[in-house]
Amino acid sequence: MFVLINFSYLAAAVCFILGIKGMTKPTTAVRGNQIAAIGMLIAVVAAMLDKDIISYATIIAGMLLGGGIGVWLAKRTAMTQMPELVASLNGIGGAASVAVATSTWLNALAANNLGSSGWSVAILASIIIGAVTLTGSLVAVLKLKGSIGETTKGKLWQAVTLITLITVIAGSALFVTSSEHNPLALAALVGLCLLLGVGLVQPVGGADMPVVVALLNAYSGLAGAATGFVLDNQGLIITGSLVGASGLILTAVMCKAMNRSLPNVLFGGAFGQTDSGPKQDEGEFYAGKVKYATPDDLALLLDGARNVVMVPGYGLAVAQAQHAVKELASQLEKRGAKVSYAIHPVAGRMPGHMNVLLAEAEIPYDQLKDMDAINPELPQADVAIVLGANDVVNPAAAEDPGSPIYGMPILDVHKAKTVIVVKRSLSPGFAGIPNGLFIRDNSLMVKGDAKDVLQATTSAFKEL
Amino acid sequence: MEMFVLSFTIFILALFVGVELINKVPPTLHTPLMSGTNAISGIVIVGAIISAGSTDLSPTVAGVLGFLAVTLASINIVAGFLVTDRMLNMFKRKG
Repeated sequence: MFVLINFSYLAAAVCFILGIKGMTKPTTAVRGNQIAAIGMLIAVVAAMLDKDIISYATIIAGMLLGGGIGVWLAKRTAMTQMPELVASLNGIGGAASVAVATSTWLNALAANNLGSSGWSVAILASIIIGAVTLTGSLVAVLKLKGSIGETTKGKLWQAVTLITLITVIAGSALFVTSSEHNPLALAALVGLCLLLGVGLVQPVGGADMPVVVALLNAYSGLAGAATGFVLDNQGLIITGSLVGASGLILTAVMCKAMNRSLPNVLFGGAFGQTDSGPKQDEGEFYAGKVKYATPDDLALLLDGARNVVMVPGYGLAVAQAQHAVKELASQLEKRGAKVSYAIHPVAGRMPGHMNVLLAEAEIPYDQLKDMDAINPELPQADVAIVLGANDVVNPAAAEDPGSPIYGMPILDVHKAKTVIVVKRSLSPGFAGIPNGLFIRDNSLMVKGDAKDVLQATTSAFKEL
Repeated sequence: MEMFVLSFTIFILALFVGVELINKVPPTLHTPLMSGTNAISGIVIVGAIISAGSTDLSPTVAGVLGFLAVTLASINIVAGFLVTDRMLNMFKRKG
């Protein structure tokens, strides 16, 4: 029986690998997700057959409650809120790891059957990573929602983090080596780790949340792998490291797209603000140089365009304008224009967020171009429409070595024949710097909410 | 100790498999990939089930934590897979 159960965990891990393999193509991705879900079912059934289980009441109650909440969350969440949902789920996964490790340890203590020091290390790893993931995700969700803004006490938080980190390391060393086993000591350690999670994420800027969410995704996987070490369960270890690898790769992709290193994202925020030099005066920067246009002008301009590139950014998500974009694109295509979508890796608030929003509006995914594919095509574009994106189209990143974002890969929107910037105001993006794109000769600004502007343009366009 | 070395070997090898596999996922699918792997990380439910089931019905701290763990992991799994399915079906519709 024992062998059969262990083979089941292996089968589950194989299902997860095949499932992720399915996700490498949009056409096979749905099937891949289903295979992964089947793997999870196999793992759950195998766990239920474990010889240690004497009562099923608690298990079934927990599954029903959790499953119900899960269904409700999955149905209720709008596509624009996906970053918050994924961040919350990371945190919930971290909390589950902490609960599993603590509960396993308490059970072992009650049975006077505590494992080796290697086992204690695995318990601690589950707790530390899980707890940091829990509170870190909580802070990330609140930052994504805008409930907490940028902190002015970055240095204070970093000091707190450093002290907490040292205490956690010292406490862990004591916990593993000490022969006394006090549940209160473990509780104190959990508390410290929770504080550590807050301290690590709190100083990170709102713009860097995609990186943090991807990193916390990796942590939730690593916490699972640590639980695998606790239970001596290789299936869990394989699965946890798969998720860990996934999160780490996405983190690396995001960092590369912002031309920053991971330590710089995590710890640079608070110090970065002080050495960015004197702030440029925005009023002076833009004074009289921005040319404004109306949706009617935009419609006229689009009437003659053959090649149109849409550049969605976070503003599109805020305005829920994905369907309005599709509407305008359909009208353009009806008149024979070619429409494509330029998507910067860090557009939106999480990796691939824009793609999901545009897919929701039934825009075919072969029109969605990533940065490397679209940049060579942008000089041929008649009109590029920037919808609520800012820093990712700032030419200073390519041209001004003195700019704080110099070196960051951008979409070369300024090379299009005409650039239309749809934006609510001239306020700077997350980088906090003015955008030279807005005052270029070939750019026009349409002030307003992306959705309203697009809808007005579409109706004006239809009347032409 | 031998068990640990074996487990650690598997851990490192699986990391490499993960890196190879995930590098092939196109940026278009990065959000569903995140929510999908999120659901997969709900695998800690295995540990949760064992610790929730191995205590008696008498309410001990360990039992309550076990119940909590099963509930949280179930949220993670169910919400993760369902929302991923919802997103992926949108990609499937066209193209």
